Amino acid sequence: MSALLTVEDLRVTFPTRTGIIEAVRGVSFTLGRERLGIVGESGSGKSQTGRAIMGLTPEHGVITAKRLDFNGIDLLKASKAERRALRGKRIAMVLQDPKYSLNPVMTIGRQIVETLRAHEPVSKAEARRRALDMLAAVQIRDPERVFDLYPHEVSGGMGQRVMIAMMLVAGPELLIADEPTSALDVTVQLEVLAILNRLVAERGMGLIFISHDLRLVSSFCDRVIVMYAGRIVEELPAARLAEAEHPYTRGLLNCMPEIGADRHPLPVLERKAEWKE
Amino acid sequence: MTPALAIDGLRVAFDDFVAVEDVSLSVAPGESFGLVGESGSGKSTLLRAVAGLAPVTGGTIAIGGKVLGDRRDKAFYRTVQMVFQDPYGSLHPRQTVDRLLLEPLAIHGFDDTESRIVRALDEVGLGAGFRFRYSHQLSGGQRQRVAIARALILEPSILLLDEPTSALDASVQAEVLNLLEQLRAARGLTFVMVSHDLAVVTHMCDRLMVMQNGRAVEQLTAADLAARRVTQDYTRGLLAASEGFRRTA
Repeated sequence: MSALLTVEDLRVTFPTRTGIIEAVRGVSFTLGRERLGIVGESGSGKSQTGRAIMGLTPEHGVITAKRLDFNGIDLLKASKAERRALRGKRIAMVLQDPKYSLNPVMTIGRQIVETLRAHEPVSKAEARRRALDMLAAVQIRDPERVFDLYPHEVSGGMGQRVMIAMMLVAGPELLIADEPTSALDVTVQLEVLAILNRLVAERGMGLIFISHDLRLVSSFCDRVIVMYAGRIVEELPAARLAEAEHPYTRGLLNCMPEIGADRHPLPVLERKAEWKE
Repeated sequence: MTPALAIDGLRVAFDDFVAVEDVSLSVAPGESFGLVGESGSGKSTLLRAVAGLAPVTGGTIAIGGKVLGDRRDKAFYRTVQMVFQDPYGSLHPRQTVDRLLLEPLAIHGFDDTESRIVRALDEVGLGAGFRFRYSHQLSGGQRQRVAIARALILEPSILLLDEPTSALDASVQAEVLNLLEQLRAARGLTFVMVSHDLAVVTHMCDRLMVMQNGRAVEQLTAADLAARRVTQDYTRGLLAASEGFRRTA
C-alpha cells in the first residue's frame, strides 16, 4: 500500500507572552486509503495535527517536521499558492458545526458551486449539475430545493451533509473530518456517519477522523491513534480497542458511563506526568 | 408521600409554537429523574418551565405539594436551583468566584457568608485557592464545579440539571458525575436531569422519561432500559444509536 500521507515528527508550537506552547510534540504516522481515527481530549493536539496537514495553522504558529508529505508533495516547502491549490481540491476538511462553517449569507448551492469552480474550469451549468448530484449523494431528498436554501433554513444534520457534499464535490483524495458529528443528535450522528462511510469507501479516499469520542471512532475507523498532551500515546487497530494497553486509553474507555453497567462511582482518570514523555 | 415535584398536563407555548404539550410526571423526594430526547424534544424547555424561565401556558407544576403560580418567589429558589449546560456561558465573566457565590447569599439575606463560601468550594472539590479567580482562569470542569457550588450554596432540596456534562471531556464528565452523586447522597437531594446521552441518564437516574417533539414517549426505570425492556420504537432507536456506529456493508 503506497502511503497517501506521511507525517514524521510533526511539531506545532505557538509563541505566547508567557512562553512557547507546544500543541503538537512529535507526531508521526502514515495514512493509506483507509480510515484513521485520532482521539484525545481538549488540548491533546488532535485538531492542531489536522490543521497543520490542511495548512490552516494560525499565522503565528510554527510548524516543523522531519517529513510532511502528501502524495510526493512536500507540504512544508509548498508555497501558499500551492497549498491553496491543494486545499479543497485534493485535501478537504469537514468541521464540527455546520452553523459556523457554512457561509450564512450565501445559498447552499452557490457555496458548493463556488468550491467546485475554484478548482476546476467547469461551466456554470455543469457545476450546478455536479452540485445537485453531490447533494443527492449525501442523501438529501430534494436537492433542487436545498440548492436554493440558506444554511439557517436547514437542520444541523442536513447542514453537515451539505458540508460533506461541498468538501467532496472536487473529489479530494484525503478528507480530514474534525469532530464532524459532535454537534449532532445521536440518531442523526449515525446517518451522517453512514453517508461518510459509504462515500469514503466508494471513492477510495483516505480519511482522518478526529474526535474526542473513543468508542465512536473505534466503531467507525480501521485504525486509531490516541493522543495525550501533543503526543501519540498509543496506536492500535480499532477492532482491538479492548486490548488497549496504555493507562490513558484504558482510563478514557473506563470513565464513560455505560448502559447496564452499575459502576458507582465511575472510575476517574488519574493523569500521570510520565505520560507526557 | 408528597412528591418533591409533580407536573400535570404541562404545556409550554411560545406564540404559535408549542414546545411542550401535555406532559405529566412526578418525582419523589430524594429520587433522581432523567429526561432524554433529541434537540427540540422539549426536555430543556420542561426544565426551564419548572425553574420559571419558560412560560407555562397550561397545566400545573407543584413543588412539595404546593402549586406554583406565574411568579416564583424567593422561597422557591431556596428549594429549587438549576445548573446549566454551558459552564462557559453561565458564569459572569467579570466576577470572581467569591463574588459569584456571594450573590445568592446576599439576595437571600444569609449571614456567615464567609464560612458558607469556603464550605461550598470545599464541597465541590475546589480549594480556597480558587476563591478569587475569574471564570476564564478555570477549566471547563472547574467552572461546572463553581456552577454546582453556586446552586448548592442556598441548600436547595431539588436540583435541576440541564446537560451538566455535555460540554466536558469524558474524563472530566466522570469526575463531575461522581461529584453530583456524592452530593446527592450526602444531602438527600432530588435531581431532575436532562441529557441527550442515554448512558449518562441511566447511570445517574432511577427513572427516566423519553421525550419527542414536546411530548412524553414513555417513562421507564433505568433498570428497564438497561435490560432493554422498552415499549416504544423511538426509545429503541435511541438505544441502538447510543451503541455507536455499525458498518452495514
